[in-house]
Amino acid sequence: MSKNNSSAQSGGLRGKLNNMTDTNMLLTITIIAFFLMYIGAMIFLKGGFLRTQTFFNILNANAALIVLSCGLSLVMITGSIDISVGGVTALITMCCAVYLDNMGGNVAVSVLIALAIGLAFGAFQGALVAFLDIQPFIVTLAGMFFAKGMTTIVNSNPFNVSNESFTALKNTRITVPGMGFVNAKGIYVDAYVEIGVIVALLVVIVMFCMLRWTKLGRAFYAVGGNVQSALMLGINVKKTKFLAHLLCGLLSGIGGYVYFLHSGNGAVTNAAGAEMNAIASSIIGGTMLTGGVGNIIGTFFGVLSFSTIQNIVTSAGLDEAWWTGITKAVILCLFLVIQSIVMSRKKK
Amino acid sequence: MQNKSKSGIGAFFSRLVRQQYFIPLTALVLLALFNLIADPAFFKISITTNSAGNAVLAGTPITILDYGSELAILAIGMTLVTAASKGQDISVGAAVAIAGSFILRMLCGGDSSSSTLHMPIICAFLLGCVVAMLFGAFNGVLVAFFKIQPMIATLILYTAGRSIAAWFNNNELPIIKDATFSYIGGFIPGVPIPTPFFIAVICVIVITLVLKFTNLRLYTEAVGINENSARLNGLNPAAIKILSFVILGLCVAVVGLIKVSRVSSINYSVIAKDIEMDAILAVALGGNSLSGGKFNMATSIMGAYIIQFLTQTLYKYKVPSEALPAYKAVVVILLVVMSAPTVREYFSNLMKKMKVKEAA
Repeated sequence: MSKNNSSAQSGGLRGKLNNMTDTNMLLTITIIAFFLMYIGAMIFLKGGFLRTQTFFNILNANAALIVLSCGLSLVMITGSIDISVGGVTALITMCCAVYLDNMGGNVAVSVLIALAIGLAFGAFQGALVAFLDIQPFIVTLAGMFFAKGMTTIVNSNPFNVSNESFTALKNTRITVPGMGFVNAKGIYVDAYVEIGVIVALLVVIVMFCMLRWTKLGRAFYAVGGNVQSALMLGINVKKTKFLAHLLCGLLSGIGGYVYFLHSGNGAVTNAAGAEMNAIASSIIGGTMLTGGVGNIIGTFFGVLSFSTIQNIVTSAGLDEAWWTGITKAVILCLFLVIQSIVMSRKKK
Repeated sequence: MQNKSKSGIGAFFSRLVRQQYFIPLTALVLLALFNLIADPAFFKISITTNSAGNAVLAGTPITILDYGSELAILAIGMTLVTAASKGQDISVGAAVAIAGSFILRMLCGGDSSSSTLHMPIICAFLLGCVVAMLFGAFNGVLVAFFKIQPMIATLILYTAGRSIAAWFNNNELPIIKDATFSYIGGFIPGVPIPTPFFIAVICVIVITLVLKFTNLRLYTEAVGINENSARLNGLNPAAIKILSFVILGLCVAVVGLIKVSRVSSINYSVIAKDIEMDAILAVALGGNSLSGGKFNMATSIMGAYIIQFLTQTLYKYKVPSEALPAYKAVVVILLVVMSAPTVREYFSNLMKKMKVKEAA
């Protein structure tokens, strides 16, 4: 941020805001919004929000969403979209559940199955989008319906996995040192996170580094920003788009397995609406739908803000089923409009 | 193409392929042939007595006519939206739930098991139209003024729609006991053909007249083909886009009325489920470009009935309704791959090469 603020001719906050790049501005808004919200919740709602474990529970419940959102940010930065991630996640949970329980498979192979399914969807959709120039929406909408349909074909009834080595992995808790709290009985309880959170954080770090410091990462931004200029720079646009979808597929494979680790069951309703949550989180995190702008750290905070809002809504007593849907939609709408205004202001 | 190549079977065939009616008609013939060979009983129509004591027609073709009509009405609106905004509305299913729920709320007046209608059906329907058109306008404003891609913009309502529908009725399931209400989605006494078909016919006549006597088609296509030149020619692209979404809203309200009338009640999570996919598929099957511009309403409507034909065929082979989307997704992918410019170019090049070989 600082290098952009230093221009001398424009003073004051407004000038500073004008000089910030889109990414940094949206990122700053998100991070400030998240902290304000969380602190606000701590002050006004007290209860659970004062306990550190609440924060870690948000992480535990949304580890999969973090991974999926990273994938979506990648394709969105490239100027494309993928709305099949929720369906693919459901398909992965069902396939892994059937494999582990009904076929008595082992955990390592189930991870490979998850990755293979994700990669297959990514490769197929990527090929159609990149090499045949078909609108990514139609392709991935078809992908979403295909995945959901396939899930019921694999097995139509939801069931919990009872495979022992899997449940052991699922219940593994990693203690976070120094973040514990004293419960009502006066006993010190350690704060914990699940394995999925570690995976999600690793994904965030790897993707952040990839986007910032590798040739491929810069190519993603270039293609999303302006296809013509990217071509003139000698970037293979088609290959870049394909790779973005492939990576998103891989990440939905990882995200699907992380979801499976958290929920421990296979069901068609798993991750219902995850595509929308992931898109919303990416947008909140400052990724532009028009492509070329975005930041994985922003996406990470986007997921946190998005899920914190939901937590606040439920703790505030609005826990009827419909409020969740409506709040999510309102948040997405709000951020879409903010983005659109930021974009149009920039053009002037 | 040159004049002399117009003669001959090959040329006739290539001209046929270029007709927009080609894709839907081929699909129809293929489906019909398949069913005829597999089981001719598929086309059997019989006269039965329904629960209300009327003699009505029954059989798979009648079911196709019945349920295909809902889809045909939606396809009208979806075609306009696709042509004007270069994208599709994926919130139609959720919007049908909203419209249906609102109509029920108006009819029962908050009392979920009232035995009398709270207001005439036509009033409730008109209010439902207003609500559905408002939601359509909401989508339209997001698309036209905030320049958000249609599918992302409608994703908002896609997520919230069913929640809003449940909220209208306090998550209760109102039941309408009035018999006349069930005529709309069923049969009018003495008429053996399902009412939704007549409603669809009315909608088709209305849209045909509108397209014939107003500039709607010209304006919509102009905006879809090139928004900037449309603006320079004095059109207001934003208004036309919003108008297309509002018309879709009207179609949604009609479908909502039919849907809730069928069961005289509502199930928020099931009503009109996955119908957005069918509506988009109908437009694509009608040979219309999914990236906007010129459109053909007649083929879209044909497409809608063919989709229902496909659905019924799949049902016949015991495909569960939850698994249907997987098959339809394959059809969508095939259609978009066939109509992709790159693929077309490849095939036309291939044809040219073959012709050169023949000549040599």
